[in-house]
Amino acid sequence: MSTPTKVAARRPLSPRKRAQRIRAVQYAVLIAIVVIAIFAADWKQIGEVFFKPDLIKTTITQGLGRALLNTIVYTAGAFVFGLVVGTVLAVMRLSEIGPYRWIATAYIEFFRGLPALIVFLMFSLMPLAFPTLRIPYDPYGTVWLALGIVASAYMAETIRGGIQAVHKGQAEAARSLGMTSGQAMRKVILPQAFRTMLPPLTNELILLVKDSSLVYIIGLAATQAELTKYGRDLSVQYANMTPLVVAGAAYLIITLPLSVVVRRMEASAGKAR
Amino acid sequence: MPENLVEIKELHKSFGDNHVLRGIDFKVAQGEVVCVIGPSGSGKSTLLRCVNLLEVPSSGTVLVAGEDLTDPDGNIDAARRHIGMVFQSFNLFPHHTAISNCMLAQQTVLKRGKKDARKVAAENLDRVGLTDKHDAYPAKLSGGQQQRVAIARALSMEPNLMLFDEPTSALDPELVGEVLTVMRRLAEEGMTMLVVTHEMAFAREVADRVVFMDGGVIVEQGTPDEVIGNPQEARTKEFLRRVLDPTHVNPS
Repeated sequence: MSTPTKVAARRPLSPRKRAQRIRAVQYAVLIAIVVIAIFAADWKQIGEVFFKPDLIKTTITQGLGRALLNTIVYTAGAFVFGLVVGTVLAVMRLSEIGPYRWIATAYIEFFRGLPALIVFLMFSLMPLAFPTLRIPYDPYGTVWLALGIVASAYMAETIRGGIQAVHKGQAEAARSLGMTSGQAMRKVILPQAFRTMLPPLTNELILLVKDSSLVYIIGLAATQAELTKYGRDLSVQYANMTPLVVAGAAYLIITLPLSVVVRRMEASAGKAR
Repeated sequence: MPENLVEIKELHKSFGDNHVLRGIDFKVAQGEVVCVIGPSGSGKSTLLRCVNLLEVPSSGTVLVAGEDLTDPDGNIDAARRHIGMVFQSFNLFPHHTAISNCMLAQQTVLKRGKKDARKVAAENLDRVGLTDKHDAYPAKLSGGQQQRVAIARALSMEPNLMLFDEPTSALDPELVGEVLTVMRRLAEEGMTMLVVTHEMAFAREVADRVVFMDGGVIVEQGTPDEVIGNPQEARTKEFLRRVLDPTHVNPS
């Protein structure tokens, strides 16, 4: 039998005190890591390699604007391509006609399962394999096609989800007014589906901005370079990371506002429900 | 004797193993108002949805204005233009204002110009008492207002038959009256109406004929006084007792 005083001594910490202690330990570890990093790192060397001021200036003035514009043009074209083809694929997947469903499913599964890089490599070898083949608006046409084919496979699934999320009564109301199934899809279902799909589609756009960095594989002239190729070429030329850091920052200029937009849309959609 | 606008013969409908309609023969005359009553699961909504082929019958024929809608080579879209339908859940297009809900099908289906469509839509919204709500989106309207827009939307297609699928069942009790009033006015104007409803007062006062369905068949039909006032079949009596005197139902 234990005495009352012993029980009091062995009394466990209250949950609040326990949480306080655990948090104190976490902060201590965090501060230790930061302190070690500050003293151990060679800041001069880091600044020299990643943030060299004159190289930052060179990178920005030499053609960052054009590279940024190319990235935007490549992405925008591929997004439009992906949206159109993705919508067609989504409607095909929901079709009552078997072969349409099979074709769409095969396309979607194939291009979602494949690394995007393989698709781009194939496009880069296209001129060798088919010497007479001319894709219009080179290199934009090629980039839009390569990037858009992959994007459409992903977007098709997003769009299909959006279409299926539209209440069945909407189609019934449209059909009961005499609309054909095509008219009901175009006038009633798709406009609503795209509204709910806006946040996920914007996410696809962000992914696409970053995927556009892979298109340098296709082989682009200097004036056609997007941000990654532009930064990489300068980095190699000066044997310094700074141009890549600047190019990376330029991506954030595009993607961060889009992220904010997505969060806003999701918040307002949540309120509307 | 007026001609029959709707003529249904030997109608059967199954969902998988579930045999919902078991041989329905049924007519609606031009200008007639018919209320279909019955317990849930009796097949009354399915019957209504077979009249404009939102449900495809398993067998049997559905004739509307002499045209066989079950004919596989017929143009069902063209036939539906003249059959208005009002749903329990309104099904307004949420991305369109009230007036534009009433214009959309006029423009896409009837190929009416925007100006004409707007004029017809405005007239019908006024007709259901929504003069001040033309530019409101459905989300900003009460259930009763939404259902009246839905009625105006159907009327804008100038139908010769209106189908109502439990039009007041999703409404708060105090909003039921405004919808029933619009429907009563429509009946008085001579519209041919087929109404699936639980509103016995409406059936009693407005209907020319009441049809009682149970288990996928028509059990009894006749004037409201006959079916509701003096039912002959045991199943009709039992149903009416449950509906009209719900506090004295034997739970078993």
